[in-house]
Amino acid sequence: MDWSTLLQIFDATIRLATPLLLACLAGLFSERAGIFDIGLEGKMLASAFLAAALAAVTGSIWLGLLAGIAGALVLSAIHGLASITFRGNQLISGVAINFLAAGLTVVVGQDWFAEGGRTPQLGEGERFRQLTLPGASEMADLPVLGPLYSDVLSGHSILTYMALLAVPLSWWVLYRTRFGLRLRAVGENPAAVDTAGISVTRLRYSAVAIAGLLCALAGAQLSTAEPAAGFVRDMTAGRGYIALAALIFAKWRPVAALGACLLFGFLQALALRPALFEQTLGFRVQGQLLDALPYILTVVILAGFVGRAIPPRAGGEPYVKER
Amino acid sequence: MTSAVQSQTQSQGQSQGQSQATPAIELRGISKAFGPVQANKDISIRVMPGTIHGIIGENGAGKSTLMSILYGFYHADSGEILIDGRPTRIPDSQAAIRAGIGMVFQHFKLVENFTVLENVVLGAEDSGLLRPSLARARSELRRLAQDYELEVDPDAVIEEIGVGFQQRVEILKALYRKADILILDEPTGVLTPPEADHLFRILRNLREQGKTIILITHKLREIMEITDTVSVMRRGEMTATVRTADTSPAQLAELMVGRKVLLQVDKAPAHPGAPVLEVENLRVTDAKGVERLKGVSLAVRAGEILGIAGVAGNGQSELLQVLGGTMRATGAVRLNGRPLDLSGREDARDRRAAGIGHVPEDRQTQGLILDFAAWENVALGYHDREAYTNGPMMDQAAMKADTADKMQRFDVRPPNPLLAAKNFSGGNQQKIVVAREIESGPALLLIGQPTRGVDIGAIEFIHKQIVALRDQGKAILLVSVELDEILSLSDRIAVMFDGRIMGERLAGQTDAGELGLLMAGITEGAR
Repeated sequence: MDWSTLLQIFDATIRLATPLLLACLAGLFSERAGIFDIGLEGKMLASAFLAAALAAVTGSIWLGLLAGIAGALVLSAIHGLASITFRGNQLISGVAINFLAAGLTVVVGQDWFAEGGRTPQLGEGERFRQLTLPGASEMADLPVLGPLYSDVLSGHSILTYMALLAVPLSWWVLYRTRFGLRLRAVGENPAAVDTAGISVTRLRYSAVAIAGLLCALAGAQLSTAEPAAGFVRDMTAGRGYIALAALIFAKWRPVAALGACLLFGFLQALALRPALFEQTLGFRVQGQLLDALPYILTVVILAGFVGRAIPPRAGGEPYVKER
Repeated sequence: MTSAVQSQTQSQGQSQGQSQATPAIELRGISKAFGPVQANKDISIRVMPGTIHGIIGENGAGKSTLMSILYGFYHADSGEILIDGRPTRIPDSQAAIRAGIGMVFQHFKLVENFTVLENVVLGAEDSGLLRPSLARARSELRRLAQDYELEVDPDAVIEEIGVGFQQRVEILKALYRKADILILDEPTGVLTPPEADHLFRILRNLREQGKTIILITHKLREIMEITDTVSVMRRGEMTATVRTADTSPAQLAELMVGRKVLLQVDKAPAHPGAPVLEVENLRVTDAKGVERLKGVSLAVRAGEILGIAGVAGNGQSELLQVLGGTMRATGAVRLNGRPLDLSGREDARDRRAAGIGHVPEDRQTQGLILDFAAWENVALGYHDREAYTNGPMMDQAAMKADTADKMQRFDVRPPNPLLAAKNFSGGNQQKIVVAREIESGPALLLIGQPTRGVDIGAIEFIHKQIVALRDQGKAILLVSVELDEILSLSDRIAVMFDGRIMGERLAGQTDAGELGLLMAGITEGAR
């Protein structure tokens, strides 16, 4: 494996890790507040569709993104209504959202565009461009660091940079602000928050809304950021679940979430290059097996082989005021 | 009797001129109903500033409801709340906090993986950023610690400090919010006797500084020890308010229950026979790798009650679970000389078959299925006995008839076998479990926290049943965190601390002081 191949793999890693990271942080805010969110997948999918569809119809990627955000927020509101206000089962609500999104995106897509659930290919201005970071061309000639900056870090969509910035921002919000303290408290012991005179309901709705927003960005990255340029049915392909696995792997911590998502992104990037395996290993590895790598890691993590992960204590339980 | 006390109180109030002073809290005609249940009926009470005011009553008497109304958790259907003489509306906890009311709940409302500082600050932050709030709280805590003997390490994580300290954090939370009125709900339930003494010192300090304290408890001893005034509640009504100095435990008990109550268990000396249960070097390691039982050895003989004293969480629960067949252990256990399997091959059903009855510590999760009817609960675990079966079928008629019979004899109210377990009061639920286990005719009865959350009248009854079983020559292993219960019921007492037996004493030859030291793991001062 040569240096340029490695750089390409790293570049793909960052691109592929972006939706995972955004979804993972979405799950982090929701679950830290005590609301399990298995519907990350559905919210991403809905946003991916709406962003691509509205971008295609209006010709503006920003209107598309707004539509994606609106769609994900509506699904978040449904999840909040079911699991906070009506104290329903959070897993079932999440699964329902996933089904809803999987079905509606295809039906509506077929109705609007009649391309079998796809959206039209997005043209210039209808998709997120690859941004060149300042100084990328000047840095390119520096040894090691230069290519890492100009080839790997530079040249991604704005959503990628938003995802990377969201990591320290999430950390800061969670651990350095009043909102973060209350958010973490409500996921651990809502009764403590309630008796302190703070609204459990409002806090949890805010968390769920933040999760919706982040899922929307994740979905938009999938369908509207180059090189992908359009929505394909079921294009999230289980990334919502991988994000959940990464969340557990990261033990619900933002910085660790970045690491976990980069690892999953790296596996996905490797799977794109079956030839590489043949070169280094000397025999052919089935492409499907490579595609399965991140999912295998997901199963391993969810089965609890990677250390002991203690979820937020009040996670999954609706808060009922007691005497 | 009741009216006599009331009139006595009124005359006292007048003679002391209390009518001139403004009460810190005055409740006027508070009523609250939950559906058909009248939890509070026209309750009026005056709590004077700078006093410790006790509220005593049985479970379900309406104490907690009344305090929840005061703290804004519930809204009274009618009535008025006056704080320092001003009518005050308390729609939510925030309003209660603003009115200067702080509450220490029986089950602490702390975030376990937060530090002390974070818990104190939560909900009372100064601004959107945490750092300045935490800094101010740190210096404020230092001051409070000096003023009231409330020392706690501000950076300690809650789950790593003892319950006594956790309770101090709750008090600190209230004081940090500038509470002048502190309500404590059953504060000593989780404390060792030395910790309870420390708490009382803190409360006296607070009173000296002019704070008003309302202490809710069912322990007569505490009322007598620390309160200035005591109000008694029964069935949602305030039956009397008296000066503590003018009353006695017996009188209070009578006011609570509405009839004379035997506070002391009436029992003849034991005549222990051969050992029924022998436990040697029992060890249990939990899923986190923590050793919960560290080599426990003990014996219970026929016709004797062995009481296990100790603060909750020192291995008593594990001991009961191992003996009851729901937890694996190493070591040796013999029942009437026959070894029991501890490796997990034998389960609770095998233990029952071997002659071990088990009244678990937590009746609501381990002793009963709350949604099942009383008759199903009475048959539970014994449903395959011949009397209950009809070939391969359950004989429901026999089960119901037998349940009705047991309910009669154990005074379960209402005596309706078809009623779901959750619809009985705590005391009656416990009677159902006790009836089931005692009537199965065990050679050994394991009984955990027999009277937790049970009212005084039912406590008396359950204690009598346990003693009667002993007098039939059965062996009884009693686990209780109530030291009074251990002292009055046991023939022999073993104290557990940190997974070990710290010592064994004959009940007649020890006292609360000595046992309290052992419960804290101190063997020196003890004989």
